[in-house]
Amino acid sequence: MPENEFDAIVVGSGISGGWAAKELCEKGLKTIMLERGRDVVHVKDYVNANKESWEFPHRGGRTQQMIEDYPVLKRDYPLNETVLDFWVKDKECPYTETKPFSWFRGYHVGGRSLTWGRQSYRFNKWDFEANGKENIAVDWPIRYEDMAPWYSYAEKFAGIQGNRDGLDVLPDGDYVKAMEMNCVEKDVAKRLQDIYKGSRHMIIGRSANITEVRPEQKRTNCQYRDRCWRGCPFGAYFSTQSATLPAAMATGNLTLRPFSIVTRILYDKDTKRATGVEILDAETNKTHVYKAKVIFLNASALNSTWVLMNSATDIWPDGLGSSSGELGHNLMDHHFRCGASGTVEGYEDKYFYGRRPTGIYIPRFRNIHGDKRDYLRGFGYQGSASRGNWKRDVAELGIGADLKEALAEPGAWTIGITGFGEMLPYHENKITLNKNKKDKWGLPVLDMDAEIKDNEKKMRQDMINDAKEMLEAAGVKDVRTWDNPYEVGMGIHEMGTARMGRDPKTSVLNGHNQVWDAPNVFVTDGAAMTSASCVNPSLTYMAMTARAADFAFNELKKGNL
Amino acid sequence: MERRELLKMIAVLTGTAMIGGDLLLSGCGQSPTIGGTAFSTDDIRFLDEVAETILPKTKTPGAKDAAVGQFMTVMVNDTYTKDDQKIFHEGIGKLNDASKEQYKKAFLDITPEQRHELLNKLNKEAIEYNEKKSKADKESKDKKMPAHYFTMMKQLTILGFFTSEPGATQVLRHVAVPGKYDGCLDYKKGDRAWG
Repeated sequence: MPENEFDAIVVGSGISGGWAAKELCEKGLKTIMLERGRDVVHVKDYVNANKESWEFPHRGGRTQQMIEDYPVLKRDYPLNETVLDFWVKDKECPYTETKPFSWFRGYHVGGRSLTWGRQSYRFNKWDFEANGKENIAVDWPIRYEDMAPWYSYAEKFAGIQGNRDGLDVLPDGDYVKAMEMNCVEKDVAKRLQDIYKGSRHMIIGRSANITEVRPEQKRTNCQYRDRCWRGCPFGAYFSTQSATLPAAMATGNLTLRPFSIVTRILYDKDTKRATGVEILDAETNKTHVYKAKVIFLNASALNSTWVLMNSATDIWPDGLGSSSGELGHNLMDHHFRCGASGTVEGYEDKYFYGRRPTGIYIPRFRNIHGDKRDYLRGFGYQGSASRGNWKRDVAELGIGADLKEALAEPGAWTIGITGFGEMLPYHENKITLNKNKKDKWGLPVLDMDAEIKDNEKKMRQDMINDAKEMLEAAGVKDVRTWDNPYEVGMGIHEMGTARMGRDPKTSVLNGHNQVWDAPNVFVTDGAAMTSASCVNPSLTYMAMTARAADFAFNELKKGNL
Repeated sequence: MERRELLKMIAVLTGTAMIGGDLLLSGCGQSPTIGGTAFSTDDIRFLDEVAETILPKTKTPGAKDAAVGQFMTVMVNDTYTKDDQKIFHEGIGKLNDASKEQYKKAFLDITPEQRHELLNKLNKEAIEYNEKKSKADKESKDKKMPAHYFTMMKQLTILGFFTSEPGATQVLRHVAVPGKYDGCLDYKKGDRAWG
């Protein structure tokens, strides 16, 4: 085989790209994984993983220089001293905002699999049915039953800790031993169970942290440091580096090429197939071509769509996959940043040991099981209970030895919950190519034009009020609510812009994630999502990618690609 | 800081939000100002003594053991806006003036007891000021009252001390690799908090 020819090309190395590479390589396909950024070698390149607070000059905070250098990242918590090397340099990779949009990106091997929140939930059966039943956007071409075996497959390999809670709203998966709630969380969970008679639940947050050693993956169980997003030297949480990349490499079938910006997919109009991709080497600025029979686009939702928009423009001016007019449209995220918190009385004789890397989760209870609100869909909450530390408000304590002694002891228990709400797919929420602005490599950038609408705004009222009501009902004192400004993208759950559907006239991808206009091109990251659910989406990308890779391999064998 | 940690960040240190490169403030379109006026070694010595008065050595290390004076200068230069830097620098003079007014001596020349008494007074003044500021800031959307210099010094002392090695490991308890989680550990009054 010539050196630029492969069986398969995977564009991107984050959560879904890692899965695509692993699956295709394990099936025996010679695969090249193209990553636009630098390599990040497992453990070796986690430069901050073992640093203590005093080893950071600003103790993990942010400087004015960082605020100047990162005009996007500064808008929320990602900008800080401890993980700066895992976020994109905003100024090298600009975009334009017709409406405010926060785009927090990780351009390096592993992508945001290194920095993700690791919360791992299955969509439920209603999530896949809602669009069709409510006549919103288009119906998903798949149902929960199509995904269930692939969810299991993904969970077993990734390692998800959690309980089988037996809730139809949050289907159980194949988990490793669950992490524990602390005593206050257990108590609040029990009170909610009693008050809401089993219609609202507080469970341990299911997350991709392993609680049992996995020698075959060279992964150690979680050490409760809660420093996941600096990279885990124990490989205790799922990332490309800890899990999918070594599996793909072990087959001998993977070539990893960092600094490879895929600029377009090459398309042959006679065979109606893609033939390969063109890349720009981010270091040398030289162009290279790679050929393959199958292409998996896993560049993260908006960048996968950017690649499509830049491709086959001699046939479709708006890009490969644009024939339906939906490419770039139906952009979604999860809206959040509102909730409530308060103080828990008692439990002065209880504390905790270790820093647990997950919190508690309250699954959706609105517009389900007969509940009916004046908006569609619903939300879940993430949160945790904890005892105050030296950061707590002790203004009244003054100064001196008394202050020092007081702060050296833990404060009262507090509990807080933040809502994460489903955002509907609106055709007018879109991204477009802005050819008037170029990035560091002279490539056109994306323009963002999306906002939350009435449905989400009404839902936010419930997210705030229900949080307060539940905490107060559970006996939490001094409950305070908050509603911080949210702009689309802040959830870092970009979804849509190349949606799956049943009809090539109204969707970009079919039920197997194939581009209708080029069946050997698969898009299996957030771009493919037809609706957003309210649960964290990454597990769905893993399952969807494994499912599509299996299909692609079988089609290839049959000669259909 | 992970998403769940946001909640904890919202808890304020000193009756007002953290000054400087704080995530709650920096999104508000303030233009950053980079670089600062140099601090002298005298300034650092002065700030060390202010910090030591706020968090003194007892049976356990104090602020000077953690070089909090030096830390304050790094934070002011790197994380404060120009306006806040000015307040902080002027604050050194104001604090000294207050000492001279009350004790006819510079701050470094008064006794530890007098220092405590003076800073206690300034602390009360700052808390009252912050209450007024909080009300006024709520009423006026775009213009915020400037921060109080003593609030700055106190915040940076607490932050610098409890995140320092002596503060985190000898005053608080620090376990780098806990290895397990116990969500219901017995606690008795006097047990130290985790660093």
